[in-house]
Amino acid sequence: MKMSGIQMVVESLRNELVDTIFCSPGGTPGDMVSYLSESDIRLVMYCHEQGASHAADGYARSTGKPGVVFCTSGLGLTSLVTGIATAYADSVPMVVFAGRGMSASSVYDAEVDMDISSITLPSTKHSIVVRSILDLPRSIREAFHLATTGRSGPVVLDLAFNAQTDTGIYRYPKNIDIRGYNPVYNSHQGQVSKAAKVLAKAKKPLIYAGGGIIYSGAHEELRQLAEKFNIPVTTTLMGLSGFPTEHPLALGMLGMHGTYWANMAVNEADVIIAAGARFDDRVTGRKSDFATKATIIHIDIDPAEIGKNICVDIPIVGDVKQVLLQLLQKTGPQDTQSWLSQINAWRSSAPMRYFQDPEGQICPQFVIEQIYEQTKGTALITTEVGQHQMWTAQFYKFNKYRSFMSSGGLGTMGYGFPASLGVQLGCPDDVVFCIAGDGSFQMNIRELATAVRYNLPVKVAVINNQHLGLVRQWQEMFFQSRYSSVVLQSAPDFVKLAEAYGALGLRAETPSEVIPVLQKALSAPGPVVIDFRVKAEENVLPMVPPNCSISEMVMTVE
Amino acid sequence: MRYVLAVLVEDKPGVLVRVAGLFARRGYNIESLAVGKTVEPMVSRMTIEVEADEKILEQIIKQLYKLVNVLKVSNLTEEPSVDRELVLIKVSADVSNRAEIQQIVETFRAKIVDVALNSIVVEVTGNQEKLEAIIMLLSQYTILEVVRTGKIAILRGSKAIK
Repeated sequence: MKMSGIQMVVESLRNELVDTIFCSPGGTPGDMVSYLSESDIRLVMYCHEQGASHAADGYARSTGKPGVVFCTSGLGLTSLVTGIATAYADSVPMVVFAGRGMSASSVYDAEVDMDISSITLPSTKHSIVVRSILDLPRSIREAFHLATTGRSGPVVLDLAFNAQTDTGIYRYPKNIDIRGYNPVYNSHQGQVSKAAKVLAKAKKPLIYAGGGIIYSGAHEELRQLAEKFNIPVTTTLMGLSGFPTEHPLALGMLGMHGTYWANMAVNEADVIIAAGARFDDRVTGRKSDFATKATIIHIDIDPAEIGKNICVDIPIVGDVKQVLLQLLQKTGPQDTQSWLSQINAWRSSAPMRYFQDPEGQICPQFVIEQIYEQTKGTALITTEVGQHQMWTAQFYKFNKYRSFMSSGGLGTMGYGFPASLGVQLGCPDDVVFCIAGDGSFQMNIRELATAVRYNLPVKVAVINNQHLGLVRQWQEMFFQSRYSSVVLQSAPDFVKLAEAYGALGLRAETPSEVIPVLQKALSAPGPVVIDFRVKAEENVLPMVPPNCSISEMVMTVE
Repeated sequence: MRYVLAVLVEDKPGVLVRVAGLFARRGYNIESLAVGKTVEPMVSRMTIEVEADEKILEQIIKQLYKLVNVLKVSNLTEEPSVDRELVLIKVSADVSNRAEIQQIVETFRAKIVDVALNSIVVEVTGNQEKLEAIIMLLSQYTILEVVRTGKIAILRGSKAIK
């Protein structure tokens, strides 16, 4: 069938079952955008390209489907770089369509022209410059295939002007073979047997689960494996919501702001199964001291992660879901009761706590616990980056699969709010909360206009401590409280600002106001911003100071 | 240790920048790099020489494989292989020393490919040691310019990298 490049893009999106496009149009692909508005694909416009990309990211993380972004090339794409890099750092499937104004290459330095392939090179899984309409259908298929298979990630399609406007015969390839791209799904059976043998002899086994659990949909297999052999599970930040926080075998998060008992378990374990995790420095602390007593089994679909940060004993390259299923068929540890009691002893010796004085200022942790209580744990949570993010990881109970969306790898402030809009679009029946800091919320606050425009009933809980709290905490702990550039006294009145955008603004200044305000927000039909005035100098604890062993946790700050 | 990698890549615009970018980004230094077409259409072969320890080499190979345009990576250091490099050396020369230089050139089975009034250009092919040796000997005259192709390498025997 003969059609134009623009029609081909729309047709291909239909073939890929895309239902939502996140965009911020410029001159191009402006005509594509107007053509799309007549199709059955929903087009959501954002105020800024960065917002569109984070929204696509949130959509992808919450639904498991790739997020699709449309932008103009050049300046449009440069604004998108943070969003692409955020997705890349956390392996989020995303396909970006960037439309060029004029030429197929940047030879003329025309207006809005930029070598975006080079700009995005280190932060994309792949990028494809489409110079001719003949390559268009195949390139789109390749982009979706690359973005969603193996270790998923963002792919950029840079469409030359003539590839958008020329006409040609459309044939969309069903299956695709990319010679240099062969992700390993089926693991080496010898390695799995070796792992099972070591596991069967373990007295102190531990599963350390990362974001790979969520991307491969291995949460059920993980739970079954843990339950079958009574193996405790600790998760990374990215692994949150991959294993129910309230499960008796759950140890919570490990690492820098992890629980004391999870870190002690890592320290003392004799066998560790790292499942879809990458031994990031926030997890390991000082690498030479990490899990020195354990035989480490590392399951990952990306061979380059094996041996990159930590030398492991039994590498298994493959899909973590398949590998966990195979381990389920084998024999596991016989008796882990004394190990579990040991962990419970650590748990009771240093529980996670804070003190909410009913007459005092609001504790941020209390707000987060109440969000859980008031939504009965059913909400989908996005966070910005900072203290509120760590408190959310520590105090919210993620019992629901794919209920936590946060920028882990890159640590992008400004991610959470636009991401929550994408989550709400992908999951219209769920309650979506964005837990934000007063610093990070301001980074993409303009997307309140988008929330109002599409009436997305997202609830933004601003944990307002009038500081860039995490930086302040580091300055307090490691730089003798010499505060610099962390005080945010000139922040706007968030209630008035919400109202200015046409959203509902609420405020809680005392602990007794927290629950009523949350209830009011939940019953409001549209977007709500809640300004929680919290204690300014509350710290995220416990904490492993940088370059320390994870057994050297600081429990309190004097 | 110095390793020599044969990297088969798709012959497309931007592939060299991806490979070079990977080395730059991760702080691996390329000692030499040579690229050319192969007998297979649309497939080029890069010979990359890199200074690294074993652990870093393993990462380099894995990271190269992550590039979609990279088809195959072979470590030629592990197997018997032949490596060669070609160098062109422009030496300041006139009637007084041309004969002397010619003698050095013959000893190394090199060639004089250009003679001018005040200079000659020497072409020499060989392994690194041979090239270093002739450059050292010619440096007693004034070397005006040196250009090298970078190392290329191939396995001995019938086994081929495809």
